[in-house]
Amino acid sequence: MARALVHMQATARRGEVIGIRALIGHPMETGYRPGADGKVLERDIIRRFTCRYNGEIVFSAELHQAIAANPYIAFYTVAVESGSLEFKWEGDRGFVQAETMPITVTG
Amino acid sequence: MTAIDKLDRSRRKALAGLGALLLVPVGPACATPEKMAAAIDAFTGAATPRRGGITLEVASLVDNGNTVPITVRVDSPMTAIDHVAAIAVFNERNPETGVAVFTLGARAGKAEVSTRIRMATSQKLVAVARMSDGSFRIHSADVVVALAACIEGEA
Repeated sequence: MARALVHMQATARRGEVIGIRALIGHPMETGYRPGADGKVLERDIIRRFTCRYNGEIVFSAELHQAIAANPYIAFYTVAVESGSLEFKWEGDRGFVQAETMPITVTG
Repeated sequence: MTAIDKLDRSRRKALAGLGALLLVPVGPACATPEKMAAAIDAFTGAATPRRGGITLEVASLVDNGNTVPITVRVDSPMTAIDHVAAIAVFNERNPETGVAVFTLGARAGKAEVSTRIRMATSQKLVAVARMSDGSFRIHSADVVVALAACIEGEA
């Protein structure tokens, strides 16, 4: 299980644009590098990142080998209602990880 | 056949083998500007993107190509009728042209995305935004990389 970190504010006013920073520990092996034994290491990257706000997709990303190890993605969303944001990373070798952050919307 | 003949033949074989070894490409094939243009065409559906209204923010000189912070910003009110639908980033000389494709919508609130990328060598980066009305915007940046990424083995 990789370590995932999501930074965002826990409370917001209705209609406020909130910044979200998502980071996950992953080597993002390109499939072009030789390993210690001289053989090319098999590709192992995160292909897809999705952010759902109370079940609805508000942001997603398709990642390639050119994304640095430990992928960091920062983006924005509008706080519309209280509930939770679900973050999901999916990749090669059946890699799946999800993280959930609660949000309280006032006003 | 004399001993010298034999020696000569085996030396020739050895030399031929060495030649074949040198012909084997050492690294993965690099993408080219043409490949990047093709990838951008595939994203835009051959529509001509207009310049302006989009900024690809990246340092012009980076020390380490393994993690290069980039930010793409698009001027858009981000309303239901006028927003950015997607932002794609391409590179010219990594083994592959695609970097990332971000899918946004009116609910993003702000058309700004940041991430950290790898750069195999000094090259041009291109950001293309697809707007909700089907038009495209483009911005490119030239980056000089001191230490390359992607291709070298483990340290």
